[in-house]
Amino acid sequence: MTFFKEIIQLLKKNIRDYGMFIALFVIMAYFAIATDGVFISSRNISNLLNQMGYIAVLAIGMTLVIVIRHIDLSVGFMAGFLGAIAAIALTQWNLPVALVIPLVMIFGIFAGLITATTIARFGIPSFVATLAGWLIYRGALSQATLKTGTIVIPNDSFNALGNGYIPDLPLPNFLPGLHKLTLLLGVVAAVAFVISEISSRKKKMAYDFEVLSKSMFVVKIVFMLLLLGAITYVLAGYNGLSWTAVIVLAVTLIYHFLTTQTYLGRHIYAVGGNPEAAELSGISVNKITYVVFGSMGLLTALSGMLFASRLQSATTTAGTLFELDAIAAAYVGGVSSAGGVGKVTGSLVGAIVMMSLTNGMNLMGIDISTQYMVRGAVLVLAVIFDVATRKRV
Amino acid sequence: MSVPILEMKNITKQFPGVKALDDVSFKVERENIHCLVGENGAGKSTLMKVLSGVHPHGSYEGEIYISGELQEYSNTRDSEKAGIAVIYQELALVPEMTVYENVFLGHEIRRGINININETIKQTVEVLKKVGLDVNPSTKVKYLGIGKQQLVEIAKALSRDAKLLVLDEPTSALNESDSENLLNLLRELKKEGVTSILISHKLQEVISVADKVTVLRDGQSVITLDGHNGEVNEDVLIKHMVGRSIENIYPDREKKPFGDVVFEVRDWSAYDPRRGRNLLEDVNIKLKKGEIVGITGLMGAGRTELALSLFGNPVGYQIKGEMLINGKPVSFSNPHDAIEAGLAYVTEDRKGNGLILIQDVKSNITIANLDRITEGGVINENAEIKDAREYTESLDIKTPSINQKVLYLSGGNQQKVSLAKWLYVQPDVMILDEPTRGIDVGAKYEIFTIMNSLVEQGMSIIMISSELPEILGMADRIYVVSSGRITGELQKEEADQETIMRFATM
Ligand SMILES: Nc1ncnc2c1ncn2[C@@H]1O[C@H](COP(=O)(O)OP(=O)(O)OP(=O)(O)O)[C@@H](O)[C@H]1O
Ligand SMILES: [Mg+2]
Repeated sequence: MTFFKEIIQLLKKNIRDYGMFIALFVIMAYFAIATDGVFISSRNISNLLNQMGYIAVLAIGMTLVIVIRHIDLSVGFMAGFLGAIAAIALTQWNLPVALVIPLVMIFGIFAGLITATTIARFGIPSFVATLAGWLIYRGALSQATLKTGTIVIPNDSFNALGNGYIPDLPLPNFLPGLHKLTLLLGVVAAVAFVISEISSRKKKMAYDFEVLSKSMFVVKIVFMLLLLGAITYVLAGYNGLSWTAVIVLAVTLIYHFLTTQTYLGRHIYAVGGNPEAAELSGISVNKITYVVFGSMGLLTALSGMLFASRLQSATTTAGTLFELDAIAAAYVGGVSSAGGVGKVTGSLVGAIVMMSLTNGMNLMGIDISTQYMVRGAVLVLAVIFDVATRKRV
Repeated sequence: MSVPILEMKNITKQFPGVKALDDVSFKVERENIHCLVGENGAGKSTLMKVLSGVHPHGSYEGEIYISGELQEYSNTRDSEKAGIAVIYQELALVPEMTVYENVFLGHEIRRGINININETIKQTVEVLKKVGLDVNPSTKVKYLGIGKQQLVEIAKALSRDAKLLVLDEPTSALNESDSENLLNLLRELKKEGVTSILISHKLQEVISVADKVTVLRDGQSVITLDGHNGEVNEDVLIKHMVGRSIENIYPDREKKPFGDVVFEVRDWSAYDPRRGRNLLEDVNIKLKKGEIVGITGLMGAGRTELALSLFGNPVGYQIKGEMLINGKPVSFSNPHDAIEAGLAYVTEDRKGNGLILIQDVKSNITIANLDRITEGGVINENAEIKDAREYTESLDIKTPSINQKVLYLSGGNQQKVSLAKWLYVQPDVMILDEPTRGIDVGAKYEIFTIMNSLVEQGMSIIMISSELPEILGMADRIYVVSSGRITGELQKEEADQETIMRFATM
């Protein structure tokens, strides 16, 4: 009995953190039933992850932008433009992929720093500064693709970013039909997860902080392992882990680490929480603004390349409305526009939620106009939920 | 005997991990000034928030009666309708709005669908006169100092014809004469039939004004004393508040000769381009190793501006003059430089620019000196927890855990977190701006003791304060500031209230 009580209490207390996962679970279960299982087929899930990659990276960057009380509307067309630059670099300048990718990322950082300059140095509100950016990059994209129209990218290694999968272990007779390297990575991740959970629990106990009871802790671990196992198994049943998924995971891990474990992360959240206090604590609010928008530019470049690679071309309208999808994903994931609150992992889940909606509704054959309205409703509901649970003391 | 205007029965209020009120009963007679005292975190503000509906009916146990009738408020509007006006410890004004807009915010005087601005201004002028505030009602509130904002807040409550006025530490930000004005105002209002509940840490004013005093300790009401039969004096109050008596609130310090001059400014002037006027003119200050220098003056004399201009000038004043640390000229382009050079600045306005309220105690303590716990940019969580615990314990910060958000701490404990944050920087020179604002006697004593031990260890302190008794009690040397200039410098021995006031009004 006490066991169930603890579960309920735990859910109540952490409703903010778990709410999103529950919502995601409900959405997935609904679509699984409504599409007779097509939604959760290996092929579709794999596809879904590839579709959301370019939004997820943007959402992660956007999280930090919103945390420091700004917004960036320019990222959509900036992504489109940088994708076009990548295409031009590959097809017209004939640069190798290994050079193009870092080069475009540097361009991205540079573009982000320009945005930051207008905000930090000239004090223009980020909404206005990036609205201007929206116009400028839209124009730049048109101009870049003016002569050629859509630029087809005939480069296989570049196109693998958005369409390819990691190679498999050369063991044709072992577990046929499953992607062995994906399974192996899943196992490694599971072990790493269990070890880190146990050590963090031990550490908390050493400082007599509140921890879950032993049985609850085991339940949580088992649950997470089942989840991880299910995802791994589903992915291994198709082509395995895609390069897009690898990139998104890597970005998420790096940003999660940066925001939760480092100096820089602390400074970012301090600036978001109270800029005046942060400044007086010796943190340069301007410097943080440059860093956050620089990182946004970097991720925008990545997003643009993922998208171009996925389409195997740079189009004249690439990036349209990406910024809004990214902002929506971040809000669904629990960032607060009041500043100082929001996790990158939350935004990743937010991106998955939003993409699941699109993907599931597509499978069900729901028309696009209804899709927009449903997504709008979910966004509002998510934020209402967030605000309501935040108030409780 | 008539029915009491307010009776709160067996109020219990629980927060996660804290029982803020434990079966408190509290009775206020009509046309009284009833004071509520107690240590930081005793539950005073919480009790008033229960009364005003900030904590709505259902979130606490117990009953509230107004003039004998049971009340169940679900929000502050309900309590306002019942004639209760509360001035919270945290100011609730809209900085971008004018004084008159703020005073009548939420109950605007209308003509048709328009706001009747002339009438609003007229009534605002009247009510401002009542609180003794002489400002143009069309000034934006953000241009007023914290003291004047407090008066606007009081005017706002008065404009609502409240029958029961609750003031949560209204005088903590006011100087002596403004405080005295306010107390007189409460006495006036009493004659006009308004009952007041006054929360204060300034025991002298409690003694002078109270008809009744209720003492809270650890969420329980300890005793209610009558203000008229001589049973209320400072010692009695302190004993009930703290549970022991404190001999001398300004603890003695070992007399040691001071060291060399560690910090000096020469001909320091600051011009504020936004306000278009000089804030400071030709300020000269010296601070020796192991010395506590007091800086006092009236509200608005430029003391906080001086501190900001010294501490890396984050607001962007245009500065002339020279600053020397250990005899060497230095110049800071931001607060970071100042911290690196060994300065720390505990701000006056802890909520505005001192603390990050939505973050926990631990992160607030370490934020100004993360270097101490980072290696290669990565924060060592163990070290952080250890340090935060140490500072929380040594300053006796009352919090259920170092993971508690600072937002949920009582005012005094927030102030201690602010102090802990700057002690964590291990500075050579510490500027304390109104360090005891909103702090109970026990905690004041602790902070003074800490200051003493800091200077004994060789730190030097600049203490900015409008509280003359504490300046006189703690400072070795005193500078008096008036209109941005130093008008007097006094040794401890030659200083007294009258002399200081003479310089302060020069
Ligand atoms: N919203 C809240 N959530 C959690 N704890 C709270 C909350 N509000 C108050 N507390 C806790 O309740 C206790 C009483 O706080 P309260 O603010 O009433 O103290 P106080 O007597 O007004 O102190 P001070 O003189 O410092 O203002 C404190 O321990 C405080 O940390
Ligand atoms: Mg209080």
